[in-house]
Amino acid sequence: MDQFRNNFRVEVIRFSDDGMDMEFDMIGIDPALANAFRRILIAEVPTMAIEKVFIANNTSLIQDEVLAHRLGLIPISVDPRLFEYAESNAPNERNTIVFKLHVQCAKYSEEEKGQSKKKKDEKKVPPRITVKAKDLKWLPKGSEFYLESEDSNSNSTSKSKTYTSFTCSQDSLPEFSNIKIGFKEPLDDINIARLGPGQEIELEAQAVKGVGKTHAKWSPVATAWYRMLPEVVLLEEIEDEDAETLKKKCPVGVFDIEDIANGRKRSTVARPRACTLCRECIRGGEEWEKRVSLRRVKDHFIFTIESTGALPPEVLFTEAVKILESKCERVISELS
Amino acid sequence: MEHGSYADNSNATFSLTDEDHTLANAVRFSLNQDPRVSFCGYSIPHPSDNRVNIRVQTTGAPAREVLKDACQDLMMMCQHVRSTLDVAVADFKLRTPPKEDEDTDMK
Repeated sequence: MDQFRNNFRVEVIRFSDDGMDMEFDMIGIDPALANAFRRILIAEVPTMAIEKVFIANNTSLIQDEVLAHRLGLIPISVDPRLFEYAESNAPNERNTIVFKLHVQCAKYSEEEKGQSKKKKDEKKVPPRITVKAKDLKWLPKGSEFYLESEDSNSNSTSKSKTYTSFTCSQDSLPEFSNIKIGFKEPLDDINIARLGPGQEIELEAQAVKGVGKTHAKWSPVATAWYRMLPEVVLLEEIEDEDAETLKKKCPVGVFDIEDIANGRKRSTVARPRACTLCRECIRGGEEWEKRVSLRRVKDHFIFTIESTGALPPEVLFTEAVKILESKCERVISELS
Repeated sequence: MEHGSYADNSNATFSLTDEDHTLANAVRFSLNQDPRVSFCGYSIPHPSDNRVNIRVQTTGAPAREVLKDACQDLMMMCQHVRSTLDVAVADFKLRTPPKEDEDTDMK
């Protein structure tokens, strides 16, 4: 344990411009732990995703079930820690986000309708609409669709039931007061469907909290992976022409050349991190295999996390570590 | 759930539901660090059951306590990983103010 404390290091290598991709090195950790973190990141860190879609009207070319599937896969930029798991509870303001989508493409004008089919085709651009993720509008007060049974029995009651049972608007909850629930740029530009003249889609979608092992739409990362740091060792001095050949052999420029006395040159390993272990440098006869050795540093992990936008990668990783801790806690409490 | 004998509590198999390689392999690693453990391993009896079996054999200490200690150790490591990462990220953000990330090769 103390040994782990003393040896473990983390070095952040880069963040992407939008802060959603991150690369860092973990040094002095066992593969069992590194892999546990990776597995949890992909399959067990929760996010919000659309789970139920209520389609009132869909005259587009895309079928209801395909449309619903597409909606489910759109990443929602909202902190899942603000929500509870719905489980079997009724959808309420603590566990569900409701979105509305109502788009209609313009019809042909009256004048165009009268024209023959041939003439219509000559018209350059018939009305077209591309439905994007940004067309989904957040409904903080919950569903606006009324339950049918409720309507027929008692249309006199002022408060008929909808598909959600929100007790208050999500706007009024303090934790949502200064955030906008929806789709952050550039993720709001995802295509949902294309509409032709007169086609219409009207639907409501309910997003709930879930984890990636149930369905990949809840995975908070595009992917998360690690690789071990390559270690390239020159087993003997490589000089002059051989040094030049070696430099040329490597497609990613791992080797460099340094000048030593009397105008002679010698190979050095300048950028082992770039090595892809393609083994190109040890091709071309047994003598090369004796000169260069390709290894990996067994406890040095280059970890990369690509977030889908709900949470920044460093927060995702922290959440993943916390989940592993809670798993341990569960075992301890069950054994006690 | 624990399967062991009443006479000898130094050997036991623990069956954990709703867990997989993620936890089992990490616990196996942690158990192997403990000098009291003479053998440990895990298996998933059937891929469609959400269950793993962890076998612990010790040199004399109760297996249950050894497994608990292993989990405790794992939690301490996690906490250390978390705090180390927080420091590293904070450092990095101080070093490179936003919008200038050209140096991917720092080493």
